[in-house]
Amino acid sequence: MTATIAVQTNLLTKTYGTKTAVDALNLTIYEGELFALLGVNGAGKTTTIKMLSCLVAPTSGDATLLGDSIVTNPQAVKAKINVSPQETAVARNLTVRENLELIAGIYGSDLKTAREKAKEMISTFSLEEVADAKAKTLSGGMQRRLSIGMALITDPKILFLDEPTLGLDVLARRELWAAIEKLKGRITIILTTHYMEEASALSDRIGIMAKGRLKAAGTADELMQLAGTNNFEDAFVALATNTEVISR
Amino acid sequence: MNPMLVFASRNNKEIVRDRLNLMFGIGFPVVLLLLLSAIQANVPVPMFEINQLTPGIAVFGLSFISLFSGMLISKDRSSSFLLRLFSSPLTSTNYIMGYTVPLIPMAIGQIVVCFIVAAILGLSINLHILMTILVLLPTVILFIGIGLLAGSLLSDKQVSGVCGALLTNLSAWLSNTWFDVRLVGGWFEKLAYALPFARAVEAGRAALAGDYAAIFPHLWIVIGYAVIVMLVAILVFRRRMNGDQA
Repeated sequence: MTATIAVQTNLLTKTYGTKTAVDALNLTIYEGELFALLGVNGAGKTTTIKMLSCLVAPTSGDATLLGDSIVTNPQAVKAKINVSPQETAVARNLTVRENLELIAGIYGSDLKTAREKAKEMISTFSLEEVADAKAKTLSGGMQRRLSIGMALITDPKILFLDEPTLGLDVLARRELWAAIEKLKGRITIILTTHYMEEASALSDRIGIMAKGRLKAAGTADELMQLAGTNNFEDAFVALATNTEVISR
Repeated sequence: MNPMLVFASRNNKEIVRDRLNLMFGIGFPVVLLLLLSAIQANVPVPMFEINQLTPGIAVFGLSFISLFSGMLISKDRSSSFLLRLFSSPLTSTNYIMGYTVPLIPMAIGQIVVCFIVAAILGLSINLHILMTILVLLPTVILFIGIGLLAGSLLSDKQVSGVCGALLTNLSAWLSNTWFDVRLVGGWFEKLAYALPFARAVEAGRAALAGDYAAIFPHLWIVIGYAVIVMLVAILVFRRRMNGDQA
């Protein structure tokens, strides 16, 4: 059986003046896969996510998300995706429940459906105790869980998680991992991270980015094999610092 | 649910729930009205007569509306909340209307509060008050546009400086409310009448006096500024939306 392609990029490029943030990216991500884009700061991960989620127009190249082009049909793409940005993007003076209902409403749910979906997300992300607390009063970990819940409430086919655990303590990170684990297989998830452990623990496949280029892509085992190392961190260093593109 | 109304409702909640801002925005103009009326009671100054003072204070109070809208948008930008929404199917019109619509009743409410306090202080209640509120509507749009523009361009700290300090001072000093700019004369008077604040106050005073012919040309100038500022704000916001930095 052939897996359905969820995301296909074709020489996707973004430049800012003379700086190339993403350089001719060719990437294929399959439906239901959890794909991690791993790289150090400035590798081009967030710019890639921004292009794929139609927040930033590519300078050249294109990408199709479940058949729709981000260049020629961004509105159709936007209807299928959702994003949990790097910073905790919640409405601070709204309660957890109101934040969830807000996003459901913006994506066209009626009030009754929005309430039902909000209730479901509150349960999925264990936010019952703080459901009626203002978002600004929540801990960092809870805000991130809410942020992902806000991205999921619209039933996206593709979910982008940009550095979902950045700045969280170990316990909050593990809780969030557990929440992300539950989503695996149900939808296509593309997450960016610079934590090796996170990429290898959560992902089906990992793409290593450095200086705007995709250096290699594969499972954690495949990448270690490719780099000829026994641990993933060494493999990442070897692949990220290699001047050639090893595998796509 | 209409997505624009859902977004507008959120914006309304964000502003109304920020009690300190709200109290300051409504309370400060009222305190000024009471204070200047007290001065007028002790040392009569024609400019501080309640029918002259009220439109001026109402216009000054609207500078807080710019502060509210500017702060909300810049905070939404800095927290990436706007980035999240930009990946949603909301259109640029939805955003601009969503930020603008909740501020209109808020601004009108602020003007009405000013007139209620003025009525308590002796302003005669008549239909001219309604006309004055109508005449001040383009000023409402102007100040909302300034907030939208500032919020799209600046950080929340910069908005607080530009709208909270600079704009409130400009709309006070150059509005012909606190002192007669003609007494200063020269470039200061020219500047005051080249900007929309004194024009808005003059139009409001004319409406309140029932001298409807005298509303113009002041109102045209205010409308001109409101249209230009709103258009520039929309262009800048759309550029942010489609651009490389939200």
